Amino acid sequence: MTDLKNAKELLELCRSRNMPISEVMRQREIELGETDADCVDSRMERAWEIMKASACEPVEKPVKSMGGLIGGEARKLADHQKEGKGICGDVLGRGIAHAMAILETNASMGLIVAAPTAGSSGIVPGLLLALQEVYGYSDRQVIQALFNAGAVGYLAMRNATVAGAVGGCQAEVGVASAMAASAAVELRGGSPEQCLDAASTVLMNMLGLVCDPVRGLVEYPCQNRNAAGVANSLIAAEMALAGIRQLIPFDEMLEAMYAVGKKMPSELRETALGGCAVTPSACAACGGCRI
Amino acid sequence: MSFISVFDVLGPNMIGPSSSHTAGAAIIAFLAQKMISPPLIKVDFTLYGSFAKTYKGHGTDRALLGGIMGFSADDTRIRDSFRIAEERGLEFSFTPNEEETEVYPNTVDISMENEAGRKMVIRGESLGGGKVRIVRINQVKVEFTGEYSAVIVIHQDKPGVAAHITKCLSDMNINIAFMRLFRKGKGAIAYTIVESDERLPVEIGEKIRENANVHEVMIVQT
Repeated sequence: MTDLKNAKELLELCRSRNMPISEVMRQREIELGETDADCVDSRMERAWEIMKASACEPVEKPVKSMGGLIGGEARKLADHQKEGKGICGDVLGRGIAHAMAILETNASMGLIVAAPTAGSSGIVPGLLLALQEVYGYSDRQVIQALFNAGAVGYLAMRNATVAGAVGGCQAEVGVASAMAASAAVELRGGSPEQCLDAASTVLMNMLGLVCDPVRGLVEYPCQNRNAAGVANSLIAAEMALAGIRQLIPFDEMLEAMYAVGKKMPSELRETALGGCAVTPSACAACGGCRI
Repeated sequence: MSFISVFDVLGPNMIGPSSSHTAGAAIIAFLAQKMISPPLIKVDFTLYGSFAKTYKGHGTDRALLGGIMGFSADDTRIRDSFRIAEERGLEFSFTPNEEETEVYPNTVDISMENEAGRKMVIRGESLGGGKVRIVRINQVKVEFTGEYSAVIVIHQDKPGVAAHITKCLSDMNINIAFMRLFRKGKGAIAYTIVESDERLPVEIGEKIRENANVHEVMIVQT
């Protein structure tokens, strides 16, 4: 197997091998990673275990973040929904609670899986765990879907960027949401084309999102944006599953996202010198500019 | 282009909040402690660039201290590394240096002292996504990433040392991935770093030490 370079080649491989995206990616890992199926599967099982734990612990035991900007949000959402007051519906409600919980775990020095980054680590597991809880998917099915998410993230890493310092939040939360949307479509029985349509939709809808962390920390607005990422991935997956096709293929959206990222001024790329980070309230919470 | 694994996308498994400021910091310190014989009694960290500005909020200090005690980047003890270091009697300090700007944005100097009185200074850079590189050992510019098993040989820059090292490796059937020699000047102290895909046996250190011009051999692998 020569390595796949873009989404077009990924779809061709899915067609010629008659495999879903997840299985093409899993086979790629075994062949080009020079390892065996057991090793690859057990590593992904471990990742899923960590993801689930990181999504659940802050609901049981809320904890303040290192920087003190967040903590307790996941518990509030869970309580609100338990009381039957939620307005998001089951999948989205649970998805945003899980995603915010994972960012809380991350910001309080807990164990997480970067997906693809620490600052965007809530979206893929948040949505997949919500789908598992609502539709009863087995761990095995979800772990397989993670390879699909990995394929989308791989294409972004290879052909664009997933670093907020390079491409803004659209490259972190945007790509994470594209990964989640694609995995969700496969989990719900969608075709490889539908998966990548969903991924393309997300990049389109989150294009231009800046990275502007208050105090330069992976806390705020990062946690809110992980919840927004789940919502974006869910609507994109729903559209794709309904058979709505996208004019712009994923490869082109990735290129567009990268081009937009490179045009962003450095103030809006993780330096905490623009956007939310320089609002009067954020500056007040910072206690003096040290940059 | 080097292979991008699915676990580079869904990974690393790490203690938050930041792959560069927390996981990378832990990995640099983990590599550093592999280069000096235990136990350590004192360690000083000098932080540069973004490390100096945001180390508290990112837990960079706890991650560095955890790494120096041999905790990997996904070890949940990192959160409590201050208390654990105190229990172990390890003396530690952190010094932000914001004056020095001619450094990579996330750089740390780790100055270590072990019980035998040996001292060593390592400079590491955190490159993002949990990737790191060691760029200085005791003021000599070097470069290695810790992604491969590495043997680091401190020796006098004399003819025959490099040949001796490669012979030792080939005698033990070890395939060399990369080999580089770094030195201060001709005939001075030199550092040869050999990286291999395979795990290195401990005996390789004793073999390489047999050459009179070799001062020290360190094996760094996870």
